[in-house]
Amino acid sequence: MNFFLLSLIKAAVVAFVLLTTLAYLQWVERKVIAHIQVRLGPSRVGPHGLLQPLADVIKLITKEDLIPPYVNKPLYLAAPLFAVAMALLSISVIPFGAEVPVPGGHTWMQLTDLNIGLLFILAVSSVSVYGIAIAGWASNNKYSLLGGLRSSAQMISYELPLSMAVAAPLLLANTLSLRHIVEKQAGYYLGFIPHWSVFQAPMPQIFSFILFMIAAFAETNRVPFDLPEAENELVAGFHTEYSSMKFAAFFMAEYANMVTVCSVTTTLFLGGWLPLWPVSAGSNFVAPVVFALAGAFALYHGLNPARRRDRLTLPAVALVFFLLAVLFLIPAVQSVLMPLFWFAAKTGSLLFLFIWIRGTLPRFRYDQLMAFAWKFMFPVAVLNLLVTGLMVALFP
Amino acid sequence: MDVILFLIFAAIAVICGVNVVAQTHPISSAISLIGVMGSLAVLYLLLGAEFLAAAQVIVYAGAIMVLFVFTIMLLNAGAEVRRGRSWIAQLLGLPLLFAFLGLMAYFVQQLFPSAAMVHFGGFRGGTPLDVGRALFTQFLLPFEVVSVLILIAILGAVVLARKELE
Repeated sequence: MNFFLLSLIKAAVVAFVLLTTLAYLQWVERKVIAHIQVRLGPSRVGPHGLLQPLADVIKLITKEDLIPPYVNKPLYLAAPLFAVAMALLSISVIPFGAEVPVPGGHTWMQLTDLNIGLLFILAVSSVSVYGIAIAGWASNNKYSLLGGLRSSAQMISYELPLSMAVAAPLLLANTLSLRHIVEKQAGYYLGFIPHWSVFQAPMPQIFSFILFMIAAFAETNRVPFDLPEAENELVAGFHTEYSSMKFAAFFMAEYANMVTVCSVTTTLFLGGWLPLWPVSAGSNFVAPVVFALAGAFALYHGLNPARRRDRLTLPAVALVFFLLAVLFLIPAVQSVLMPLFWFAAKTGSLLFLFIWIRGTLPRFRYDQLMAFAWKFMFPVAVLNLLVTGLMVALFP
Repeated sequence: MDVILFLIFAAIAVICGVNVVAQTHPISSAISLIGVMGSLAVLYLLLGAEFLAAAQVIVYAGAIMVLFVFTIMLLNAGAEVRRGRSWIAQLLGLPLLFAFLGLMAYFVQQLFPSAAMVHFGGFRGGTPLDVGRALFTQFLLPFEVVSVLILIAILGAVVLARKELE
C-alpha cells in the first residue's frame, strides 16, 4: 500500500483512539477516585455517567473564553497549544503491537520506528516543560508564576533520575529503537518467567522500573508531585488564568503525558505487546476468557435485576462482551488483536496505578520534593546504572 | 525537498537569531533562542546526524534554556528600556555587517572551493552507535578532558555558592 496513504490512515486511527482514551481516562479517574472516597462519581449523564466526557467537551467548548487584560497575549495563547502539541507528539514512536498484514504487504502497529526513538521521547518530554513555564509567566499573576517556576525546577530535577533510570535497561537491550527494545524482551526463562527488562538476567531492572515510575509521576505533575497546581496554596497554579478550551488543553496535555509515560514504561520494562506467559501455554485465551467472564457477570445481573431497566440493558452489554470474546477466538483476528490486548492491559494497569496513587497519597512539601530528587533518587539511579553496567560487562 | 527544508529552517534560525537581539524583553529573547536551537536540531537531522539532533534538543533546548527561562522568571526581569544608539553603531553597523559576511563567504570559498552539496541520506555515520564508538576510541582523550573540565566547573559553582551562604 502507498506509504503516505498508510501513514495517514495509521495517524488518523492513533489520533482518534488516543483522544477517545484521553476523554474516557478522565471519566475512569473520576469514578475510581470517587469509589476510593466512598462516593458514586459521575452518574447522571448516561448509564454510570458514561456520557460525562461528551458533556464535558460540550461544556468546555461553549464556555466563555476569557482573556485577562494584563496577560502577555501571544505567549498566553501559544502556551496551551505548545503543551498539547508536545504531549501528543511523543505517542508517534510508541509501538502498540506486532506486524499486521495490510493490502499489499505488512506494516507495524506503530506510526514510525526511529532508531533514536527513546531519545526522541526524552527530547520531547524535556521541551514540554515550556508549555507550563510560559503559561505561568505569561498569565502575569503571582500564583501562576509560582506554579510555572515550581514546575520547571521540578521537571529539570526529575529529568536526571528519569534519564539515568532509562539508561540501565538500554544496557540490556543495546538499542534505542522502541520496537527493537520490545523484540529483545521476547522469550521466557524456565518456560514461564518472561524475558522482560524487569526480570531480565544478568541484572533485573526492578529498581530502574521503580525509579522511572517515581520520576514519571513528577514529570507528569501528578499527585504526590503536583506542586505546580497545588490548589490549597496556588489556586490552580499555572492554569489559574485559563478558561474554556485553553484550560481543557492543559488537562488534555496532562492526560496525554500520562498515557505516553505509561506506554513507554510498558515498552521499556514490561515487554510491550509480548504476552505474560507463552502462547503455547494458552496466553492467547486470556482475552476471550476475560471478556466471557465480564459477559457472564453482566448476564447474571441482568437475570437478577436490581432495577427494572437492568433487565434489558445488562443482557445487551453481556451480548457485546460475548461477541468480543468470540472475535478474539478467530485465528486471523487473534494474531492482530492479542498484542494490542496485552499492550492495552499493561498500560491500563499502570494508568490505574497513577489514579490509585492520586486517591491515596498526600502531596509532598516543596523542599521534600527537591531533596528527594537530588539526595535520594539521583544517587540511587547512578548506583543502579553502575551496577547494571558491571553486571552486563561481567556476564555478557 | 531537502533543499526546501534546509532553506525554511535556516531562515527560521536566522530570523530567531536576529530576534534574540532585537527583542527588549528577556523572556522573548530566550524563546527566540529556543527557536534557534530547535531549527539547528532540524538542520543536524537533515545532515544525517540524528544523535546530535536529539542531543541538541535534550541538552540545549530542553535543559540549558529551561534554566535560562527559569532564572529570568525567578528574577522577574522586566523589559529593558531602549536607549539611543551611539553614532558609531548607527554609522558603521550595517557596512561592517556586510563586510564581515563577505569575508566569511570569501574564506569558505577559498577553503572548500569544490565542496559538493550535502544531500539528505548522503551521510549515515550519525547514529548513536557511530557517535559512541568515535567518542570512546578515536576521541577518548578529548572526551575525558571535557568531562574533567565540566567537573571543575561544577565544583567551582558549589564553592562560590557556599561562600555566599557563609
